[in-house]
Amino acid sequence: MSLSEDGTARRSAARPPLFLERQSYRRRRLMDAARLLPFFGAALLVIPLLWPDQSDGADAVPLSSAMFYIFACWGLLILIGLVFGFAARRLSKGEGRASEGE
Amino acid sequence: MSRKVLLIEDEPNITEAIRFLLTREGWQVQTHAEGSDAIEVICAAQPDLVILDVMLPGKSGMEILRELREQDRFLGLPVLMLTARGQSRDREMAEQAGVSRFMTKPFSNTEVLTAVRDLHAQASRS
Amino acid sequence: MATLNMLILVCLGYVVLLFGVAFAADRAAAAGKGKWLRSPLIYTLSLSIYCTAWTFYGAVGNAARSGLEFVTIYLGPTLVMVSWWWGLRKLVRIGRSQRVTSIADLISSRYGKSNTLAICVTTLAVLGGTPYIALQLQSITLSFSIFAEADPTGLYREGSSVFWVATGLAAFAILFGTRNLDANERHHGIVTAIALESVVKLVALLAVGIFVVWGIAGGLTPMLDRIDASDIGQWNVDTSRWTTLIFLSAAAFVCLPRMFQVMVVENDDESHLRTAAWAFPLYLLLMSLFVVPIAVVGLDLLPAGSNPDLFVLTVPLSQGNDGLAMLSFIGGFSSATSMVIVTAMALSTMVSNHVVMPIWLNTQEGSSPVSGDVRKIVLIARRLSIAAIMALGYFYYRLSGGGAALASIGLVAFAGLSQILPALVGALFWRGATRVGALAGLTVGFVLWIYTLLLPGMEGGIIPVSMIENGPFGLGWLRPQALFGIEGIDPMVHAVVWSLSLNTIAFCVGSLLSFPSPLERLQGAQFVNVFDHSASPHGWSGSVAQSEDLMIMTQRILGTGAAQEFFQAEAARQKGREGRLPEPTPGFLERLERELSGSVGAATAHAMIGQIVGGAAVSVEDLLAVADESAQMLEYSNQLETKSAELSRTARQLRDANAKLTQLSMQKDAFLSQVSHELRTPMTSIRAFSEIMRDTGGMSDEDQMRFSSIIHDEALRLTRLLDDLLDLSVLESGQVSLNMLDGTVQGVLDRAVATALTGGERALALRRTRSAERITLYTDLDRLGQVFINLISNAQKYCDADEPELTIATHDIGGQVVIDFIDNGSGIPPEAQAMVFEKFARVGSDKAGGAGLGLAICREIMQRLGGDISYLPEQGGAGFRVTLPLAFRQAAQ
Repeated sequence: MSLSEDGTARRSAARPPLFLERQSYRRRRLMDAARLLPFFGAALLVIPLLWPDQSDGADAVPLSSAMFYIFACWGLLILIGLVFGFAARRLSKGEGRASEGE
Repeated sequence: MSRKVLLIEDEPNITEAIRFLLTREGWQVQTHAEGSDAIEVICAAQPDLVILDVMLPGKSGMEILRELREQDRFLGLPVLMLTARGQSRDREMAEQAGVSRFMTKPFSNTEVLTAVRDLHAQASRS
Repeated sequence: MATLNMLILVCLGYVVLLFGVAFAADRAAAAGKGKWLRSPLIYTLSLSIYCTAWTFYGAVGNAARSGLEFVTIYLGPTLVMVSWWWGLRKLVRIGRSQRVTSIADLISSRYGKSNTLAICVTTLAVLGGTPYIALQLQSITLSFSIFAEADPTGLYREGSSVFWVATGLAAFAILFGTRNLDANERHHGIVTAIALESVVKLVALLAVGIFVVWGIAGGLTPMLDRIDASDIGQWNVDTSRWTTLIFLSAAAFVCLPRMFQVMVVENDDESHLRTAAWAFPLYLLLMSLFVVPIAVVGLDLLPAGSNPDLFVLTVPLSQGNDGLAMLSFIGGFSSATSMVIVTAMALSTMVSNHVVMPIWLNTQEGSSPVSGDVRKIVLIARRLSIAAIMALGYFYYRLSGGGAALASIGLVAFAGLSQILPALVGALFWRGATRVGALAGLTVGFVLWIYTLLLPGMEGGIIPVSMIENGPFGLGWLRPQALFGIEGIDPMVHAVVWSLSLNTIAFCVGSLLSFPSPLERLQGAQFVNVFDHSASPHGWSGSVAQSEDLMIMTQRILGTGAAQEFFQAEAARQKGREGRLPEPTPGFLERLERELSGSVGAATAHAMIGQIVGGAAVSVEDLLAVADESAQMLEYSNQLETKSAELSRTARQLRDANAKLTQLSMQKDAFLSQVSHELRTPMTSIRAFSEIMRDTGGMSDEDQMRFSSIIHDEALRLTRLLDDLLDLSVLESGQVSLNMLDGTVQGVLDRAVATALTGGERALALRRTRSAERITLYTDLDRLGQVFINLISNAQKYCDADEPELTIATHDIGGQVVIDFIDNGSGIPPEAQAMVFEKFARVGSDKAGGAGLGLAICREIMQRLGGDISYLPEQGGAGFRVTLPLAFRQAAQ
């Protein structure tokens, strides 16, 4: 039983409106994105495992390229985290604490 | 001319004294010792003057006086009131009820005679 | 060349600076100042104790050996941080709302406050933490030795330097970590100091990196070429290790006691996570940015066989850049010290709370220590624990010889502490997780970790080589590094996969098969649904109500006995729950609310249950505080009520007294008026007749005689009145002196009859029963006689029958002499009966009597004699009853 299942079930039971306001809708999708972010990151970081490595001889990916890729992914995650952090602050200010349970 | 006084007093010795005094002065004195039927007695006796005690059995002198003054024919009837309680409140009440003269016991005989004479003289003049 | 002495000097200076910062921060926090101390920046920087000396030095070493594998240690925490919204945030919220002091405390509190679990986690943490501390000590020693080698003049003894470092760190941790027992377990001094250290180590590593890239390699492009040309210049990672290590570091990031300490316990504001979510990964990125360049340059520059773990120091030293080397040393020193201090603090909290204190409290059973005592003991336990943990680390370091074996201990510790993960995740997300499951999982993981990783990894042959190769007792499938015959896996991956997967399975199966205690279920609901509880309001319907919290609250309001009775009754009502806490069904909640509203009012009761059941942004502690307050207020208002009742009683008494006084005053006025009347009347007669006799000449003898006898009678009447008044006043004032004598009723009656009937004008027949009158009395016979005379003469005067007759009946009724005087007249009319004993009360117009004081005097006398006199209605005539208590008679016998 995860929080999301639990939480959404409860919420939909407690809140009758079928369609949400645009802002609430945005917020929900932002929460979804936040949940997906670590999986997205993990997927990005697993990709190098598919690369040809030293055992494949000369085709092997040079370390500098690998570094570029990994640090770029890293930086991307940080950037998204930053953006989401600010978005979460704006939303939580707008809505108060009520939305944080999502 | 016969002058008639009605004395309403429940104390027999006082009645005796006043009767003696007024009879000697030439008054015809009729006495009564009850308060409850005093009005009827007055109506029947048609006195020239009434001497009324305040503390009477059956009905107080104040009430008798008040009822008396409600009848027009008794408006001019002189009423001398006697009381043994001697409180100033009694005098005020008596004056409101329409008393002609108010006297506190014990009184001197001269006072009573003078009062009776004056009241009768005033009544005869008017 | 930097001298060793100078290094030590700089080191000491740096330590003094840290002490100063920690002290100032503590002061500022205590004074309520220093808002920046609680800023997200400080929080983020404090998280970087994740980067220990092992990562500071070891990352470069790792890169030199295995290429990019080292980043896995940073990528795991990065993934954890970006998932803060549903992960760490929940952990922090729970930690704060439950006032959790350590990870052991969290696990224990979630699974029904089980101390067994806490001890398990504590043991695991100490086992994993001690070698880790030893590793930090080693890194400091190694870095010292680098400088010692370079400085032939210096005298350097490895052993003593480690000892002093350990002592100094212990002192720091004790000083700032156990200063007081803050309810929130927050230590601003230490956090600020480690934030400063984080900056130092980042700056140091960046400085070395920049020096290497731009100082040695000559720029970015040459550097990249150099990297690609090096031994590690190609992408070469072990697939299984890559994923396993990312996962392991992520798990350890959450489970490490020191991380839990800074991340959850020291957290001031949940919103700091929002900043840390991107700032901390950024910090990690910067920390690892120059690792590969340093490694590559180190491999190039330094002779083969030199320790790559120390490239960060040796590369600047080899280039003669002593200042940079010094900075780099300080960076490594910072990493080591901050980690050791926080670990020692976190471990000591766990050890003292879950091991020392329970034992101490058990030995103290019977005597109940006051709160102050316990606080002192806790502080002492913490301090001793810190010292012990540091000593353990020190001895571990000495015993292990500080060899290369320590280098791998970092990951081993990670793997050990990760065993907490299943229980922790279950605690946060699965309400069905139970204590049994958690215990099973932890035990399985713990044992497997020791068996497959810790023991085989230890040099010195704790496990014989034959056992590793052939398995215990020759059982091949039990080989520590090839369980169940699966071979060829990296030992680390092997250990992590087996221990964690079996741990998780044991945890799940254990949880599914066992049944949680009520407390566990309540805690589970509170943990898993922490956001529902502490954030958004719902209805009553959410069955996440906290029966235990409700119980505690109810106890505080209704009192323990009543609350337990009520809850037991409710449990009995819910079939199958006898002897346990009732399920918080809506019906139960309604009844509870009704019950509570009787004590605190409906609105408050509703609000309180609403807080616990529906959940608002108020913690249970706050609620309980409210409950306590309400109870106090209730008590206070009860007191007020009592007082106001007293006041109104007093006021009523005053009103009564006042009314009595007014009545008395009116009675006094009426009495005076009566007395005046009674005095004036005889005086009027006396005056009138005396004036007549004085003024009238020649009066007949007969008249003279009559008038003077009237005067005489009235004078007598006056005297009698005055006598009666005097008598009454004496009787009423209570100053009468009774002349108590022996006598009989008969005797008193005889004398009274004789006196009363003497000289009477009317005849009065008496009927007496003389035989009944022989009752002996001890009383004031004269006074009693006075009463009898009065009654007899009254009958003589007022009886209106033709042949007046008085019956005097004497009885002895239940200890009282009763004498009835009943005549055959018409009696006293009912409306006057109540008045006959009042002063000046006269019935009818009869003037024959006195002033009407006779019966009043009789009543006074009888009351003085202890008896009474009353009117007997409906006797055919006037009837009076005199009662006299026999006690007077008996007293005489």
